[in-house]
Amino acid sequence: MSYYNEMFEGTRVRDPYARLNEWVETMPADFRQMKQAEAEALFRRIGITFAVYGEGGDPDRLIPFDMMPRVFEQAEWRKLERGIKQRARALNAFLRDVYGRAEIVRAGRIPARLVYQNEAYEKAVVGVVPPRGVYSHIIGIDLVRTGKDEFYVLEDNCRTPSGVSYMLENREIMMRMFPQLFRNNRIEPVDQYPELLRRTLESVAPQKCTDRPTCVILTPGHFNSAYYEHSFLANLMGVELVEGQDLFVDGEFVYMRTTQGPKRVDVIYRRIDDPYLDPLCFRPDSMLGIPGLMDIYRSGGVSICSAPGAGVADDKAIYTFVPEMVRFYLGEQPILNNVQTWTLWKDDDYKHVMANLGDLVVKEVHGSGGYGMLVGPKSTKDEIEAFRKKIEADPSNYIAQPTLALSTCPTFVEEGIAPRHVDLRPYCLCGDRIELVPGGLTRVALREGSLVVNSSQGGGVKDTWVLSE
Amino acid sequence: MLSRTATNLFWMGRHLERAETAARLLDVGQRITLLPNTETGYQNEWNSLLQASGTSDLFAEKYGEITQEKIEEFIFFDRDNPSSVFSCIEKARESGRIVRTALTSEVWDALNVAYQELRRISKTPRDKLDTASLTDFTTGHTATVRGAINSTQLRNDGWHFMHLGYGLERADATARLLDVKYFVLLPRIEFVGSGLDTYQWQVILRALSAHRAYHWAYGGDVSAGRVADFLILNGESPRSLITSLYEAVWHLEGLAKRYGETAPTAARDKSREVLTALQARDIDMIFDEGLHEFLSWFIGEIGTISVRVHEDYLLGGA
Repeated sequence: MSYYNEMFEGTRVRDPYARLNEWVETMPADFRQMKQAEAEALFRRIGITFAVYGEGGDPDRLIPFDMMPRVFEQAEWRKLERGIKQRARALNAFLRDVYGRAEIVRAGRIPARLVYQNEAYEKAVVGVVPPRGVYSHIIGIDLVRTGKDEFYVLEDNCRTPSGVSYMLENREIMMRMFPQLFRNNRIEPVDQYPELLRRTLESVAPQKCTDRPTCVILTPGHFNSAYYEHSFLANLMGVELVEGQDLFVDGEFVYMRTTQGPKRVDVIYRRIDDPYLDPLCFRPDSMLGIPGLMDIYRSGGVSICSAPGAGVADDKAIYTFVPEMVRFYLGEQPILNNVQTWTLWKDDDYKHVMANLGDLVVKEVHGSGGYGMLVGPKSTKDEIEAFRKKIEADPSNYIAQPTLALSTCPTFVEEGIAPRHVDLRPYCLCGDRIELVPGGLTRVALREGSLVVNSSQGGGVKDTWVLSE
Repeated sequence: MLSRTATNLFWMGRHLERAETAARLLDVGQRITLLPNTETGYQNEWNSLLQASGTSDLFAEKYGEITQEKIEEFIFFDRDNPSSVFSCIEKARESGRIVRTALTSEVWDALNVAYQELRRISKTPRDKLDTASLTDFTTGHTATVRGAINSTQLRNDGWHFMHLGYGLERADATARLLDVKYFVLLPRIEFVGSGLDTYQWQVILRALSAHRAYHWAYGGDVSAGRVADFLILNGESPRSLITSLYEAVWHLEGLAKRYGETAPTAARDKSREVLTALQARDIDMIFDEGLHEFLSWFIGEIGTISVRVHEDYLLGGA
């Protein structure tokens, strides 16, 4: 399989990378190692670490940071931006629809079963229209590239996409270590993101809120692997970072416990999943949530971002219908394509997939983080057969996609510089406006030949540049 | 400010001060055992130190017989000992991490560096480490954190809570260190006034980094009355009971003023009351009352103030 190399066309250096190439070529090896060590020390000092589920070991592991940036030209980015915003609008239109009249189901464009029997579909919010009709306020859209103009959406994240702190910190650290690079290249800034996020949250304050809204970030707590990100964003936005125990419901509103007594909260940017939000409405054993929160939400006393139930739009089964949503709600042609996807609950698809397991990528419908998936071409016969048994047991739990020729980016490795596969997650903000900062999180599979970029599977991150005109 | 944030800031201050106390305790013990002293040997002194810090049972359970190495391990590195330097720095850093948004990057940096360094040291073979450098490490890093707090933090309620933690913990710690003296000498009352007695008072001064300050303040010989006066009633001495308590009162007044008349002030009122009671005493009265009895009273009162702080501010009025 051949891969699109984002920096080199044969031996020719593509235009956006011209200056970076000089930088790499003139960089002595010992200088590079020194800088790499410096970057690591900076990350550790700032405290950007992550915990890998169930691995034990060092609770303060770093996500490997690669100093070689990934670059987009302005024209490339504009197209991506239009496509991402279009997709974000369609996803929110879909959510408004399925919690209302469900026209798309009535029109027969999406099977009712996929919506109403979806685990993420919340009956508790049927008929509740959140402020401005926005359900998903931060949408992370995972993109891969396979050619010069070929981008595909791998998945949508409509609940609580993480990783934006890396986008911001990667940039911060690159600017601190290599200011000259930023003087020589004209790079669009990304550091307005926290400000835009705060404005987005304030723009969806509930009707009952008449003053300037009080926003908070709700975290499961400091043992959560993304806790650093939660506190980082709270800090940059100047809002309180709360846990469930800090909030309580009284009368028509939600309050937080402060040293001066209760203070009203208007907008909650939650980083905990729906089932844990309110033990009276969802899982009764949840210690993370706030009893009674959903009543206040439904009566317009507080906004929750993303809105409960937003997850129904981003599951891997619904994913195949997003291009249909674009056409149905917006009357437009999708700018970004989906990856061809076989759904194993259809007989034809099932037969095709089972006959070609060795060539395909198979994923659980509700899986995430690179767990519970099969990468056919990278697996042994035994692994494939073991996975086949899992599929046979519950076909409707799986989808399959072709193994994509993920583009590569030059990456610093032991011996110097070598191509490694990358993906991209930009973060789209939806409130009274739809906004996207020029950049995103580039994840890179550091192991040679690996196509899995998840940090839990040995992936790293890169700074992502969008050049200005 | 979130009550939980205030709680963490308060305990961050307390744990940092407690880490320092543990390190100083180790230093006191080390110096006392260097003395060619009583026939029972050094075990007795170490045990007194453990008793003063309230961890003697825990030590006996886990380590049995006392040796210098075991003591060092226990007071400095042992995470099963809630008052060890490692436990305290780890807890302070954990609190800091939880309220990361309430700290400046300088403070977080100093705190995190202390923790990372400590983790590194904890992996060093113990025979490559000496007690003095461990104590210096701790007092050095805690001073850096405190310096970062004082030079970069906003003078807001969070700042008051941190310092309140520091103040109350320091008052408690100095009282306990003084009490060590009582425990050490308890079995041998005839030593009072002897050369050994004087030396032990000097050790206490040293452990509190106060031996030079003492000479500036009093000049002349070290005597029990003067040292006790210096560490209990002298308002210039940075670690004396009265100074520490005064700081706690000051920060409670700051909170009361900031939060206005509707906020509860039980902690402030109680701390004022204890301060007044302390100011009414002179050192002879304290010795007449019995040093140990006085210190027990004082430690109890500090505990009560902590409880009031909790009730006034840290429950969140729900």
